[in-house]
Amino acid sequence: MNFGVIRFPGSCDEVDAVLACERVPGASAQLLWHGDRHLHGVDAVVVPGGFSYGDYLRVGAIARFSPVMESVIEFSREGGLVLGICNGFQVLCEAGLLPGALLPNVELRFICRQVNLEVVRATSPFTTDCEAGDILSIPVKHTTGRYYAPPDVLQSLDAHGQIVLKYAHDGNPNGSSNDIAGVRNEVGNVFGLMPHPEHAVDELSGSTDGLKIFTSMAHADA
Amino acid sequence: MRARVLVRPKEGILDPQGVAVQRALPALGFEGVANVHIGRLIELDVEDPSQLEAMCQKLLVNPLIEDYEILGDVPA
Amino acid sequence: MPTLDQARALGLTESEFSLICEKLERGPNEVELAVFSLLWSEHCAYKHSKKLLGELPTTGERMALGPGENAGAVTIGDGMVVAFKVESHNHPSAVEPFQGAATGVGGILRDIFAIGARPIAILDSLRFGEPASSARSRYLLDHAVGGIGHYGNSIGVPTVGGELYFEGPYEQNCLVNAMAVGLARKDGLIRSAATGVGNVVVLFGASTGRDGIGGASVLASAELDEADASKRPSVQVGDPFAEKKLLECSLELLDRGLLVALQDLGAAGLSSSSAEMASKGEVGLDLDMSLVPLREADMAPFEIMVSESQERMLCVVEPAQVDDVLEVCAKWEVHGTAIGVVTDTRRLRVLVGDEVVGDMPVQALVDDCPLYDLKSNIDKRPIYPRPPRVLGSTDPQEILLALLACPNIASRRPLFEQYDCLVQSRTVRRPEQADAAVLALPDGSAIAVALDGSGRRVACSPYTGTVEAVLECAANLACVGATPLGLTNCLNFGNPEKPGVAWQLEESVRGLAHACKGLGVPVVGGNVSLYNESGGGPIYPTPVVGMVGELKSAERAGRMGFSREGDSVGFVGPFRPFMAGSELAKLRGDELTLGLAPVDIAARRETIEAVRDAVRTEKLSSAHDVAEGGFLVCVAECCLAGGLGAVLDLGEIYEDELERVLFGESPGAGFVVSGSAEALERVGRLVPCDVFGTVGGSVLDVTSGTVRIEVGLDELREAHGALAVLFP
Repeated sequence: MNFGVIRFPGSCDEVDAVLACERVPGASAQLLWHGDRHLHGVDAVVVPGGFSYGDYLRVGAIARFSPVMESVIEFSREGGLVLGICNGFQVLCEAGLLPGALLPNVELRFICRQVNLEVVRATSPFTTDCEAGDILSIPVKHTTGRYYAPPDVLQSLDAHGQIVLKYAHDGNPNGSSNDIAGVRNEVGNVFGLMPHPEHAVDELSGSTDGLKIFTSMAHADA
Repeated sequence: MRARVLVRPKEGILDPQGVAVQRALPALGFEGVANVHIGRLIELDVEDPSQLEAMCQKLLVNPLIEDYEILGDVPA
Repeated sequence: MPTLDQARALGLTESEFSLICEKLERGPNEVELAVFSLLWSEHCAYKHSKKLLGELPTTGERMALGPGENAGAVTIGDGMVVAFKVESHNHPSAVEPFQGAATGVGGILRDIFAIGARPIAILDSLRFGEPASSARSRYLLDHAVGGIGHYGNSIGVPTVGGELYFEGPYEQNCLVNAMAVGLARKDGLIRSAATGVGNVVVLFGASTGRDGIGGASVLASAELDEADASKRPSVQVGDPFAEKKLLECSLELLDRGLLVALQDLGAAGLSSSSAEMASKGEVGLDLDMSLVPLREADMAPFEIMVSESQERMLCVVEPAQVDDVLEVCAKWEVHGTAIGVVTDTRRLRVLVGDEVVGDMPVQALVDDCPLYDLKSNIDKRPIYPRPPRVLGSTDPQEILLALLACPNIASRRPLFEQYDCLVQSRTVRRPEQADAAVLALPDGSAIAVALDGSGRRVACSPYTGTVEAVLECAANLACVGATPLGLTNCLNFGNPEKPGVAWQLEESVRGLAHACKGLGVPVVGGNVSLYNESGGGPIYPTPVVGMVGELKSAERAGRMGFSREGDSVGFVGPFRPFMAGSELAKLRGDELTLGLAPVDIAARRETIEAVRDAVRTEKLSSAHDVAEGGFLVCVAECCLAGGLGAVLDLGEIYEDELERVLFGESPGAGFVVSGSAEALERVGRLVPCDVFGTVGGSVLDVTSGTVRIEVGLDELREAHGALAVLFP
């Protein structure tokens, strides 16, 4: 399984994502430069966290137009697996690959905190190593993480099982509608979440729950 | 032509920045203030003003969460 | 031609001006006066402190790079070094706290990658006036934290620790000190000496504007007064996104071996960087202002030389490598431009095209700046106002809760949750998990970092208070099992031309030197910030020390909180607490005492090392040093960090001793540890360890003779959460 992690100017957690992917047994990972149209034959794409293009104009608004993202959009249309983490989630929403948008946290401050996430759907390719109802301990770190979609879209997401992760135990850190932490597209091959699974893959750092997202992707691809 | 695009949060979406400012003003002695919203101003010189609409739709604005107003031919 | 009055307006004295004329063999022109005024400012030249700093120990077997370069470094395993330094950005933060703090972080990060190290951590030390009574201090706090978070988070370097204090004397003169840590290969370190006549000087990074013009001389060398709103345009504006690109570009240039020398642009911009590079290399530099990429039209040559626009670096490149250098700069979208050349004239020449608009001997700029002896005299009258009395109770339980809720002790969570402490995937101990931050290295070892300062206690005794600050920092490292490798310091003091402040500075440096020598920890570099005073008087003398230590095993890093029901709780240390200089004395509104109980550095070192070894080998569940608030506050902090209560019996204590025992202070001298009974028994064979209780339940239950304290974890947590109101 070969993961491709995109590096934009301003990406912060791309190396962390590579390290996390490399912990999946049998997997390798490489960085994909934003200016390069080639995806170099990777099996899955990870759009990482950070402040791509300095969050100028709107979070993710400029990154979505980069050459590599044109290829990612094509890749996703062909059914390729695409994971968007934090800023990556924002980019995928701006690119129209995921519904909704991310707004400033209700408290208007950056929040870095370990939160509990409830796995709502274990059937997506990103959560097959989990069971519905599982609680994953994963950190969030963002200023613009409040998930928003108009009421009719929210209803549709719910009806089609597209809500994959929710903030559990009253721990919603940013005011996201319906405590939504991560959603997938209708087809199911594109998934975005605000929390950072790549920062929960090592016993030393406190939790390895995040590794399940990456191992699930490897199984889905197999 | 010099154009201005005013971008504001879509009606109905919680605007915590607007709320924060609305709360701060009375504390400084300004009463009778309501309905505060914080948005963005984009100013640009354009040769073809007819392209402004498309620019907004494609890049300058996210229509899911923002409303906008194009003001054309403003003084430099 | 500029006059003496103009020179004075830029901060130079009459005799300094005469000396400049002598060195130039004529009067200085506008460009030259501007450059001299900055290079000869206190901030750049350390006029009042340089002689004193010679006392500090700066050698050791683990030193890789000592004071004098952009940052210092110590060796760790595997051919690697850890680079680190702390710097102040006090005056700009008092004027514009968000940008002042942000650019403070930006500046210290540049110092780290300027020597070739990748920044891996940030820590910050903040001091403001009392939040309860000062809206201004709350404003400064809120915005400074926002600025640090904005810069550090955006550039992708984790902020892993720091400290925060509130005292009246910082009301007009807040302190913002930023520390950064980096990693490099020892053979990858680069110096800043410009060498090689004919080599090209390349400027890269952001374009140059009018930011901070006169910042070094205008702000950092002067007391702040009410007119400081007019100094606002001098504040630099930072762009972390630009610095990220600059960082990657710099490291790639170094990786590919394309640079002869590298220097970042900080205080006094091009003028100080170029002068220092030329001085170290014993060369001259010719710089052409017409080649500098500008962001504002019509900038005068002197403005371009002294601009403090952020996120810029200066390097020296062999002519054959210039094209490659510019190509790397273009890839990272940082304007790389050749702006000058290395000469053998030993002069710094400023040109506009072919026209010479400034011509100064490098030695005069850097080495010949007059250094002043301090005229010190201890000030026997109280120079600091009495703190307000906010606590009247004598009930130990009420005192405990009041201390936990007081701004100097309450949880800093509302602050540190605004910082990304996780990026780069090295953080093994986050804030409030242990007394020091711990960062794992690829080979399974780790480094630990702590930043500790002291103000009020140093005001009581500058010598002893400073010794305590250093020992406390080493104690923090010991609690995670780390051996200190090196120290960086920032000395924040008032106006050194006042004899009382000069005395504080001398005594503090003496304490710093003794403590470092006594611990065997060399000083790798640091910073001095003077003139932190205003109409209300000087700040508390405030040395801030940052220490880096090493651990053989990241897995064995210590923790602060009680973690296992049934563990024994013990106390280690030659701990003789006193009320003088304590938090409780402050809450009671006591006058500052003159003098603190003397410290036996050797005895403290022995205990610190014993605790460190116990953490490493005895599988202790927790270790936490006793600091502000004293012993009982320390125990409460262990309960809160671990989410577990404890039942303790302290034995009979005389009534008139009880307060001193429970709440008296002696920084770096006492440790509360927990672990299995066997583990504590083994510790007891190395160093006296009194076992006095057991971890368990959800109540902190303390008995001493007939005195009984019983507080639930919920109540402790509520008191401890008092700072949340400062961040609405």
